[in-house]
Amino acid sequence: MSSNLDDMYREIILDHFRSPRGKKEVDRADISSDGQNPSCGDELSLQVEMDHDVLKDVHVSCRGCAISVASASMLAETIKGKSFEEVKALAETVKKMLKGEPTELPDDLGDIEALQGVRQFPVRIKCALLAWVTLVEGMKSYENGHAGHTTVSTEDGNGKTEK
Amino acid sequence: MSTDAANKTGKPVTLDAFDTERIKADFPILQEQINGHRLVYLDNAATTQKPRVVINALIEHYRKNNANVHRGLHTLAERSTEGFERTRAHIARFINVPDTGEVILTKGATEAINLVTYGWGEHNIKPGDEIVLTEMEHHANFVPWVTLAQKKGAVIRRIPITVCGHLDLSDIDKIITPKTKLLALCHASNVLGTINQVAELAKRAHEFGAVVVGDGAQAAPHMTVDIQQLGVDFYAFSAHKMLGPTGVGVLWGRRELLENMTPFNYGGEMIREVGYERITFNDLPWKFEAGTPNIADVVAFDEALTYLEDIGMDRIRAHEMALTKYALERLSEISGIEIQGPQDVESRGAAISFTDPTIHPHDISTFLDSRGIAIRAGHHCAQPLMRTLGKVATARASLYIYNTESDIDALYDALLEMRKYFGV
Ligand SMILES: Cc1ncc(COP(=O)(O)O)c(C=O)c1O
Repeated sequence: MSSNLDDMYREIILDHFRSPRGKKEVDRADISSDGQNPSCGDELSLQVEMDHDVLKDVHVSCRGCAISVASASMLAETIKGKSFEEVKALAETVKKMLKGEPTELPDDLGDIEALQGVRQFPVRIKCALLAWVTLVEGMKSYENGHAGHTTVSTEDGNGKTEK
Repeated sequence: MSTDAANKTGKPVTLDAFDTERIKADFPILQEQINGHRLVYLDNAATTQKPRVVINALIEHYRKNNANVHRGLHTLAERSTEGFERTRAHIARFINVPDTGEVILTKGATEAINLVTYGWGEHNIKPGDEIVLTEMEHHANFVPWVTLAQKKGAVIRRIPITVCGHLDLSDIDKIITPKTKLLALCHASNVLGTINQVAELAKRAHEFGAVVVGDGAQAAPHMTVDIQQLGVDFYAFSAHKMLGPTGVGVLWGRRELLENMTPFNYGGEMIREVGYERITFNDLPWKFEAGTPNIADVVAFDEALTYLEDIGMDRIRAHEMALTKYALERLSEISGIEIQGPQDVESRGAAISFTDPTIHPHDISTFLDSRGIAIRAGHHCAQPLMRTLGKVATARASLYIYNTESDIDALYDALLEMRKYFGV
């Protein structure tokens, strides 16, 4: 599995893990959403400042494994300056990519592509998804006109336990 | 090694006298290569590996003796029943219980504890009664009681832990009181390793007439357990954590209590006479063993007990103490690694939980696996304890009879390598 190990922890991923992007606070949190993976204990908090239809700035902080931290960092780097619709489409693509469903990977996927190796470690897929799920929930609530806070768990109701 | 760790012949026990290489050779799985490395199995608190004699006993049972127990009047049925009951008698001797009727076979420690919750708790816990637990319980000895308390309107009280990972008994007078109906505590913690003062606490609880349940899942595999000395009323453990097959557990209970309890499962085997109006239940222990039990695995568990006894439980404890001491020393050489639980090996077992300041336990486990080292990472079914520790998860290395200093060295080397790999 050593080669798999390097597949999952690609150099780009380790780089994001060591120095996560998106650390700077946003001026105004139009979207604010928290996410967690209870069984891993990963915790993530995310704020977005909107400018009309565009995600102008994003702050994300994540306490968790290398995969969840790196994925959150990549998200922060990628979504800035994109429109609502673009980000939603991107979130769908990332989800499909991680779950191994057929999808066309756009050219501007950037570092996110490096997360593909996570597919070989099924229990880690939810770690890579955490930031995206948290963002999408926050966006939904913003769209529906609910200001304030959302909280999501990637494990709701699937009854997974751990010994 | 101190002389108080001397075995029964008075010969001092040392690591040399404990022939780990010979023991290792008895476990076929330890010859496996994992990801190109020698398997270093350090997940023994989750389940242990099985020696050849146990594996062979399973095969032997199915090849030569297989039949249902207690029912048939033919040779195989007799053999099967004899093997099944032989294990029960062996378990009784192993924990120093004279009455084999008090030894109930379950599918694991979890089921054993649930049997007490349903069979005893349902009828004896009343609104306002207090159930005392400790802060270090496994979910198996936590969830059943909390659920029962909710159902009955009873109150859960907890014995907290000190920063060193011992039970904090400073306020025990306020926790175990005349209101206490039940005390449930682990004999040894699966996260902190702590060995609890069960006898002392049981005595205290008994002063108020409370019933005491000991969770021995992490103790029975590692030390001499003498039920008479412990003074508990129920004691639960699992065969698979002590070289035996999965799917076998033990509930020991005091006869007076067991006789007044209702069965947990109803069906065949647990009855004496069945009619439309009236059903009488079977004697102990069969009253609690409805249906066809896990015969082959129970039969094979006998070999596991023999294997442990041949080494000697006191020598196993001495070996683990020496090895735990070595592991604690080695791990604390790595800067930043934080070890949970007591540091003195006298008061702890061989489950060692640790964390790294920047690398998540799941990353630790994944990395170690790539080096052939099996540990566990997560909340270890002890979320209330994790909250107390302020951790969401820990990595846990847990040792057993076949582990050696070289296994600890492999762990140490891999942890250093891991830090380089993650660049922290
Ligand atoms: C302290 C403790 N109690 C109870 C259990 C439950 O044992 P089982 O899963 O075999 O029923 C465990 C096993 O993880 C344990 O460590």
